[in-house]
Amino acid sequence: MEHGTQLPPHLADIKKEIEGHARSFGLEFYETIFEVLNYDEINMVAAYGGFPNRYPHWRFGMEYEQLSKGYEYGLSKIYEMVINNNPSYAYLLESNMDVDQKLVMAHVFGHVDFFKNNFSFQHTNRKMMDEMANHATRLRRIIDKVGIEPVESFIDRALSLENLINQHAPHFPPRPRNDGEEAPIEVRGFKTNREYMSQFINPKEFLDEQRKKLEDERAQKKKFPERPERDVLLFLIENAPLERWEADILAVIREEAYYFAPQGQTKVANEGWASYWHSTIMTTRALKDSEVIDYADHHSGTMGIRPGAINPYKLGIELWRHIEDRWNKGRFGKEWDECDDLRARRAWDRKLGLGRQKIFEVRKHYNDITFIDEFLTPEFCVDQKMFTYGFNEKANRWEIVDREFQKVKRKLLQQLTNFGQPIIEVVDGNFENRGELLLAHRHDGTDLRVDYAKDTLSNLQAMWRRPVGIVTKVDGKGVLMRFDGRDHTDRKVEL
Amino acid sequence: MPLRIKQDHSRFREIIRGRIKENLRKYIQKGEMIGKKGKDLITIPVPSIDIPHFKYGHKDQGGVGQGDGAPGTVLAPGAVEGDGKGKAGQGEGQHSLEVDLSLDELADILGEELALPRIQNKGKKNLTTPKVKYTGVHTAGPESLRHFKRTYKQALKRSIASGAYNPAIPIVVPVREDKRYRSWRMQELPQSNAVVIYMMDVSGSMGDEQKEIVRIESFWIDTWLRANYKGLETRYIIHDAVAREVDRETFFHTRESGGTMISSAYKLCKEMMDADYDSGSWNIYPFHFSDGDNWSADDTRTCIGLLKNEVLTKVNQFAYGQVESPYGSGQFIKDLREAFDGVENVALSEIANKDAIYNSIKDFLGKGS
Repeated sequence: MEHGTQLPPHLADIKKEIEGHARSFGLEFYETIFEVLNYDEINMVAAYGGFPNRYPHWRFGMEYEQLSKGYEYGLSKIYEMVINNNPSYAYLLESNMDVDQKLVMAHVFGHVDFFKNNFSFQHTNRKMMDEMANHATRLRRIIDKVGIEPVESFIDRALSLENLINQHAPHFPPRPRNDGEEAPIEVRGFKTNREYMSQFINPKEFLDEQRKKLEDERAQKKKFPERPERDVLLFLIENAPLERWEADILAVIREEAYYFAPQGQTKVANEGWASYWHSTIMTTRALKDSEVIDYADHHSGTMGIRPGAINPYKLGIELWRHIEDRWNKGRFGKEWDECDDLRARRAWDRKLGLGRQKIFEVRKHYNDITFIDEFLTPEFCVDQKMFTYGFNEKANRWEIVDREFQKVKRKLLQQLTNFGQPIIEVVDGNFENRGELLLAHRHDGTDLRVDYAKDTLSNLQAMWRRPVGIVTKVDGKGVLMRFDGRDHTDRKVEL
Repeated sequence: MPLRIKQDHSRFREIIRGRIKENLRKYIQKGEMIGKKGKDLITIPVPSIDIPHFKYGHKDQGGVGQGDGAPGTVLAPGAVEGDGKGKAGQGEGQHSLEVDLSLDELADILGEELALPRIQNKGKKNLTTPKVKYTGVHTAGPESLRHFKRTYKQALKRSIASGAYNPAIPIVVPVREDKRYRSWRMQELPQSNAVVIYMMDVSGSMGDEQKEIVRIESFWIDTWLRANYKGLETRYIIHDAVAREVDRETFFHTRESGGTMISSAYKLCKEMMDADYDSGSWNIYPFHFSDGDNWSADDTRTCIGLLKNEVLTKVNQFAYGQVESPYGSGQFIKDLREAFDGVENVALSEIANKDAIYNSIKDFLGKGS
């Protein structure tokens, strides 16, 4: 795949047309470069997470195999893949019909607009395409030096910890290492009310000894890290006994994790936004009569729902439309909130026409959590037939549990807390004064998967070299899972 | 240009092969761990391939969905992602990934791990089957093999060259000389045919567990032989006091209560070979499984006679597997051992339980004959 590949003329025309529509609707995006790939190439790029060049690792090969199979079985054919980069890169599948290419382009411009304008992405590296290639080179160089085997198993371990970053970190400036002066130690000897006796009651040697004791005590008490650290990867890079190349790889994995994190934080809003725009552009501008059937077919394919999962495309597009509709009709504000006459609410239309303006504003300042928290309404919940489901242990099957708005919303938000990742932080790097690493899982109602947790602990231990442990809850009881390099042990702890 | 990803992909397959090898003993014991998918593909659960993370256990989590149905409505199986992968609280190393593998690859792994020698076609003259292969394009041939595209191209060239072609009315009429036909050649492809004749004692003393062992063994035997021979046929004979041929399904699920006359099976096997499998052109593999109980010493003598004079001269290898059962005396294998000590193409194996399947496959297939 060469950079700057020319689009074939008819696709270049289509791009020009769609780009024009997108701009006229007010979308604002980086220059976007489309590459036409055959299905082998597109599977490769998809396996690499959208990038043409990644470091060598078998996991990409696994992805590739799964994707290739999906294509052979005819399961997935339309790709929309776009890189958050300036300029943005996106890919078109060679064999797709023109109408599909239009749809993909329109969708892609939606994404690039979102990347450029949504606050979650403001700290992401917009030259990530180059950065990824640099990472690949760096890792290849390390492989040349130390060999593929140790590097591969280290990457395996590092990837096992890749979700242990601070999802919110990019928005805070790094805190200073040492904050605040410590209060000076004050040594008090025995009480004496006779000044002349003091040097006999509290001789200098004794006072020095006392001071030393207090200093030691303070050092003992001093926590390491001083406060819980959610960026476990950073903590490891700074404090684990790693070889230089190991720290280097860990830094690469961490950087890539931070790059991808905002995409996980805005899945619903971002996919919804792109879908809203491909639908709007296609149905109001770009679609030819002869293409309507194929478009409808493929659009509805993307929007399909399954009872056991949320389709972010569907949820997203409906929420955006819902917001637009509400602000068009003036269904917001004090008056609307206080109106409990159902008939009046149904007929409510102030003809404000503020919808478009509102959604552009929202796409700037919201991520999935705030987006759903603010704009999921009871009406929407009913319209979209949303429900919560749970596992019925007795019957050994999944069942619909409830359709009540508050519960649906709470569950949805709970799934999105910390963007779907358990919150885990380093609480002690010198646990029980034995150099052991202790993590804590901030339990929010859902247990960790124990088998995965244990394997992850093994990987962590291999980096920390000393025993490691994590405090969590299993079935409501506090447990310290520990791995010392040979055995896994569980110990009850009070929380 | 080969894709960069191919490297990662082959590394992935390599890892899978390694994992399967490590766990082969487990797979061999439990044939049901392996699901069939299509004709040549099987699905194998490979442990600990995916990268572990700290993540939520699924079942107590539940989630939000969309669709119809009142509370209590059951969600279709498979509707919830990550379902059926075990729940939190189980031991480590439980997570696994289902991977597709071709039967050939599986046979390769089996061969490498058990150090099975490749089978040599012994003393059989090279057999060939003619096969039609389209190799080129000619100017003469039957209309049914006319190559439309080439013919059209030829006609188009001619009409453009002669100035008869009018882009406004792009009609091209082929004449006799334009026509092109596919041509073929007969190729003699080397062919190796093999037949496996499974015989099993279904008298009362063979229980379900014993049959399960036979079923698992036969899967691996099939897999290995199929990788060595292009065409593999399987025939099934069950016997108690009398023998009859059955289909696969019946073979594994019949239970009779009569006595046991092993010679009846061997007789039928011999008849089958005489009728359908000329030893000059077939590689024949009879496998017999029983619990080692025969009706009488007389019958055992008949068996040995049959094997010696009729069977062993024609087959590549005769294999007898004795599955331990609480009722059998286990005498038969001793008699065979005595009679065929040192005979090349007889493989005998005692299978105490499922653990022993691994070694017994080695006994059966380790001779390379």
